[in-house]
Amino acid sequence: MSENRPEVKKKIKKQPLSDRRKFILNMARGVGLATMGGFVWSAYIDEVTASELLLRPPGAIKEEDFLKTCIKCGLCVLACPYDTLLLAKPGDHKPLGTPYFVPRDIPCYMCPDIPCVPVCPTGALDEASVTTDGELDINVADMGLAVVDDESCIAFWGIQCDACYRACPLMGKAITIEYEKNTRTGKHAFMKPIVHSDACTGCGLCERACVTEKAAIFILPRETAMGRAGDYYIKGWDKEDEKRLKNAKEIKTVTERSKKSAIDSLNDGLGDLY
Amino acid sequence: MGTLWNNYRYLILRRTTQIGLLVLYFGANAWGWTILMGNLSSSIFLNFVPMSDPYAALQMLAAGAVLSADLLIGVAVIGIFYLLIGGRVFCSWICPINMITDAAAFTRRIIGMDRIQGVKQPASRNIRYWVLALSLILSFIMGVTAFEFISPISMVHRGIVFGLGFGWAAMLIIFLFDLFVLKNGWCGHICPLGGFYSLVGKFSLIRVHHLEENCTLCMKCKDVCPEKQVLHMIGKESLPVLSGECTNCARCIEVCDDDALRFSIRTFANKKKTGENNENNE
Repeated sequence: MSENRPEVKKKIKKQPLSDRRKFILNMARGVGLATMGGFVWSAYIDEVTASELLLRPPGAIKEEDFLKTCIKCGLCVLACPYDTLLLAKPGDHKPLGTPYFVPRDIPCYMCPDIPCVPVCPTGALDEASVTTDGELDINVADMGLAVVDDESCIAFWGIQCDACYRACPLMGKAITIEYEKNTRTGKHAFMKPIVHSDACTGCGLCERACVTEKAAIFILPRETAMGRAGDYYIKGWDKEDEKRLKNAKEIKTVTERSKKSAIDSLNDGLGDLY
Repeated sequence: MGTLWNNYRYLILRRTTQIGLLVLYFGANAWGWTILMGNLSSSIFLNFVPMSDPYAALQMLAAGAVLSADLLIGVAVIGIFYLLIGGRVFCSWICPINMITDAAAFTRRIIGMDRIQGVKQPASRNIRYWVLALSLILSFIMGVTAFEFISPISMVHRGIVFGLGFGWAAMLIIFLFDLFVLKNGWCGHICPLGGFYSLVGKFSLIRVHHLEENCTLCMKCKDVCPEKQVLHMIGKESLPVLSGECTNCARCIEVCDDDALRFSIRTFANKKKTGENNENNE
């Protein structure tokens, strides 16, 4: 028996793997490689889709939904008569293949028949969002929002310029000129362009028209351009606005001290405070 | 000239189709043609027939997108087309990457890469099905169409139609990978779209048929085939190539000097016998 032992050992060593063991090992290898690849892949996707400063064609649905719905066919790009829309190429640092535009180069000229939207096969550009009373209406489009940098805008310096105001297709609604006395000279007026977010479509004609070296008025995605007051601050003098209070939820901050009432801790003598 | 045509007829037809489609798509963007607009992900033929990539739609579904009617019609058009003529016909007759990987395979044969790497392939051809599954899982988890954001196919095709950017790098990577790393690496091992169409084409009607009695075992067909596992019956049995992984590229038919391979319509009833008889009666 004892002499046989080494021989048996050798035999076991040289024995080919059983089918079951092979199968298990192969599966483990597959799952392992898939996990590895999956993480690399998802990390890459997370990076390329994390572009916030992107202006989409009119009628684009929420960015999050846009990324899953757009099939990247470029039919909107073909439909655009002004070559405004581009498809993101590798190297553009934008979600690959999705349509966008750069208003300083070519803005959206707000065609009344919005040719880019109805051609979308997937509904990533949603006709309903640019329709008023059953008819296409580019004026309700929301591609972004114009923002004025009042430090580089020469109208804010007191130099007369109303290029953006004149270029705006919704002149007098999306951009108005506000007059203000120029106290530096004492005899001139500032003519400041003011953007109104409820009317601005983000077409970018103002950015295109801006005379400064780098545009002092530019389009940002609305989500990036705007803050949010939240439900705790209301215009108390405005009956409509006051209704928002209903949405406000109570915040309770529970700290060690306020276990009792806050009033108590102030009136209980100085014992609690020191 | 006759032999040239005989030896390369399908190759010439395939390149004509591939390049012709590219020209039509390109013309739509550059010169406003309306014959074929869009790209391989989704397009519209003659301003009327919508066509959409069913694999992209599948990823959209996994990502949780709402599929529009236009898209579903397009998917049906393309889906039925490939169900009938063989899913991977896309790979060898339409896909622009095919020209790159064919060029790599051709270069491999010319410089004799196989002689230093050996015939044994170090990777499984089933990787594509894993990648296919993974793409759907990632689409589901991340809420985006996972493969569409990395696909070199749409990157290259979109690039040619709408502007390439760094897309040429993707082309070069695939060429070098196929040339130096893995024979038929991208199309034959990794590409999940190829995997998807392999599954779609399982029941398609147009098949390459092998006639064992004509075969002289020269194995030229296996040399040239990018998916040579599908030719397992060569010299053994008169059988149609039934695997969905066959791309119907017809290179095997062209290189065969003995008329042992030809296209035929698949016969479902009494497969083997009728197949043989039909061939003999011709």
